[in-house]
Amino acid sequence: MTTIIFWAFAAIAVGSALLCVTRRSPIASALWLVLVYAGAIMVLFLFVIMLLNLGRAGPSDRKGALAWAVAAALGAGLLVPLAGLARAAPPAAIQLPEGTMAALQQQQGMVGAVARPLFETYLVPFEITSLLLLAAIVGAVVLAKRKL
Amino acid sequence: MLLGPALAVSAVLFTIGVAGVLIRRNAIVIFMCVELMLNAVNLTFVALAQRLGVSGQIFVFFVMAVAAAEAAVGLAIILAIYRHRETVDLGKITLLKG
Repeated sequence: MTTIIFWAFAAIAVGSALLCVTRRSPIASALWLVLVYAGAIMVLFLFVIMLLNLGRAGPSDRKGALAWAVAAALGAGLLVPLAGLARAAPPAAIQLPEGTMAALQQQQGMVGAVARPLFETYLVPFEITSLLLLAAIVGAVVLAKRKL
Repeated sequence: MLLGPALAVSAVLFTIGVAGVLIRRNAIVIFMCVELMLNAVNLTFVALAQRLGVSGQIFVFFVMAVAAAEAAVGLAIILAIYRHRETVDLGKITLLKG
């Protein structure tokens, strides 16, 4: 059952990623990407596309046949070594024993198993993230504002 | 369980993102392809977390936070370029061409 669901979602993700890359209209691209990844960032993308009025059908921004050939060749060259990962297994020395994650989730709950290390072991990186977001907010305002 | 197939799917998604960067000219679409690559890597993290511990799932949070910061700044830059040149077509932004 899990396998069937996994392959169904994998097919949806790969199919909509392909459509996202090949659609002519930026809005169609963004909406197909929502199927791969639904998040607040996509709302930002759609907002900017509509703000700049890029949604109307214009001349295609896709490059010519040469660029497609280069992309296909480089893509194949990248995919072959990456697909080798599908057969690779992580070294046994760092692998957790079978069923550790299931036991952890049973014990602490789905959220607790992730939240506990996030707010204990990774507390400092978590706090630094807030600084990063603050810097991004200030940077975005400075860049996008016409006059400060 | 399903570790290999999950890594294969994320490899395919990453490759689609790279190909998208190479075949498009619209800056926003290229940006979305970069986002696609980030999410392919997130999938790898989540898949490996099942075997190697929850640290992988936590790292996905950080990747998402960095992606959000990157998207905010990047889209602001695209907005500024559009105001300046009335286009987001990277083929027409040729300041460095002699």
